[in-house]
Amino acid sequence: MTDRSILTAYATRLGDNALVLGQRMIEFVAASPELEEELANANFALDYIGQARMFYTCAGESEGKGRSEDDFAFLRPEHEYRNLLLVEQPHSHFGDAIVRQFLFDAFYAHQLDALAHCADEGLAEIAARAVKEVRYHLRHSSQWLVRLGDGTAESHERVQRSLDDLWRFTGEMFDEDELDTAMRKDHNGPCLVFIEAEWRDTVSRVIDEATLSLPEDGWMASGGKQGRHSEHMGFLLAELQYLQRTYPGASW
Amino acid sequence: MYTQGLDQAGRDAAGAAGEETAEQLDAFQARIDAEEKIEAKDWMPEAYRRTLVRQISQHAHSEIIGMQPEGNWLTRAPTLKRKAILLAKVQDEAGHGLYLYSAAETLGVSRDQMVADLLSGKAKYSSIFNYPTLTWADIGAIGWLVDGAAIMNQIPLCRCSYGPYARAMIRICKEESFHQRQGFEIMLTLCGGTDEQKAMAQDALNRFWWPSLMMFGPNDAASKHSAQSMKWKIKRFSNDELRQKFIDVTVAQAEFLGLTIPDDGLRLDEESGHYEHSDIDWEEFFEVIAGNGPCNRQRMAKRRKAHDDGAWVREAARAYAEKKAAKAA
Repeated sequence: MTDRSILTAYATRLGDNALVLGQRMIEFVAASPELEEELANANFALDYIGQARMFYTCAGESEGKGRSEDDFAFLRPEHEYRNLLLVEQPHSHFGDAIVRQFLFDAFYAHQLDALAHCADEGLAEIAARAVKEVRYHLRHSSQWLVRLGDGTAESHERVQRSLDDLWRFTGEMFDEDELDTAMRKDHNGPCLVFIEAEWRDTVSRVIDEATLSLPEDGWMASGGKQGRHSEHMGFLLAELQYLQRTYPGASW
Repeated sequence: MYTQGLDQAGRDAAGAAGEETAEQLDAFQARIDAEEKIEAKDWMPEAYRRTLVRQISQHAHSEIIGMQPEGNWLTRAPTLKRKAILLAKVQDEAGHGLYLYSAAETLGVSRDQMVADLLSGKAKYSSIFNYPTLTWADIGAIGWLVDGAAIMNQIPLCRCSYGPYARAMIRICKEESFHQRQGFEIMLTLCGGTDEQKAMAQDALNRFWWPSLMMFGPNDAASKHSAQSMKWKIKRFSNDELRQKFIDVTVAQAEFLGLTIPDDGLRLDEESGHYEHSDIDWEEFFEVIAGNGPCNRQRMAKRRKAHDDGAWVREAARAYAEKKAAKAA
């Protein structure tokens, strides 16, 4: 891989995670359990969409072929999306959404932290900006996890199930593939071994405070980072890309 | 009593209309006439308080229900920039709902009670949100026309006699005018786009024009709350005056966009400088208010579902807070 292609692919992957999670959170708009939460959810989703825009723009610049943020978001087929399977998982209730966000943010905050010191100035700048937002999201999702875990018997049971269901998507975050290695070695990018240790620390501390049980590491699903997604992804993209696909070439 | 229930048990007795003396009412009206702001702790006639609770809570409910037609296009917004702008707008609406519920709470009614009244169907929200958003152009039309109409209504409310409402409206109006420009900009882009996009914009105008005019409420002669609200300076202009102002401003904007207002009777009266328009279909308006618009049931069902689905979450948060408080004690 060339330097440019590494940066392009890595920034795209970051953009995909942010966009897909943002898109999932948008599904909660006008459906949150409380008005204050409505504001928080929209605000965080807006942060992720903003991050996706920055990462895609960065990817387009390093690629040098004139692709815009919207070309990345709306005109790629599913297999070119390289987001984690975790972020594309649908939620059946608020607890699922909180757990999904918590497990991801606990990883993403550390990833951005490390990336803020990488050798590529553009990417480092975006990461330094985004990490402030994501730390705040993590605080929010951690607080909710504790409230739900240590709330009522019903909330405890529901959120424990969310945690058990989503746990199998966490392994993929730490599987270092060729791109992660290249980014780490050639660009002083994040080291997934360190991040996993930090993630485990954060996650077990919050789960413990929430009086929940840490799921056992069993079989882990993977494939998102290589473009092999779950069945849910096609529907998410069908909605996301609807107008651009229906009216090719139109400006909006 | 409107939206009161148990919240106001003590106050109802003290503030019952029968105990309001002519001196009190005169002194109150004198303050209004002198353009003084009435604040939460000031004495006020019970009917003034009730009128404000009704109006402010309806306004808050409209913001909350209004998130739905626009939310309908959030996952399908055509570009990331448009998606971010729309998301910020919908978030602003939730924020407006929050300020307005808070402003209404200063009048002694709880948010829980107001929400319960919305969910039971006792409280109303603006009729416009019972129309569907069928294409992306509807998002433009809502910003341009619906927010445009809302601003006409709301700018005078920044001078409303009740201080907390007036102050909330100042902030809300700033954001609304931003939304209105964003909506117009969506229309402008569509009108400068492909034939299909222009057709989409015209179709959105066709469907939203008349419902937008209805947002100002019934004709002055038929408006049951207007006269007293004007006297109390809750309202500063009549429904028809505001509607006329809106039409006069909007016709020129439609011309600029190259769109046709769907009213064969529309013509400029050179003498008055105002546009004349065809009669509004008030039957449709009253049907929508009565629950028979295209989306009334859908909007309420979604709101109730969100509320019901969130019950276990709110309960968990309460239980957790109680546990924390018990530990701290």
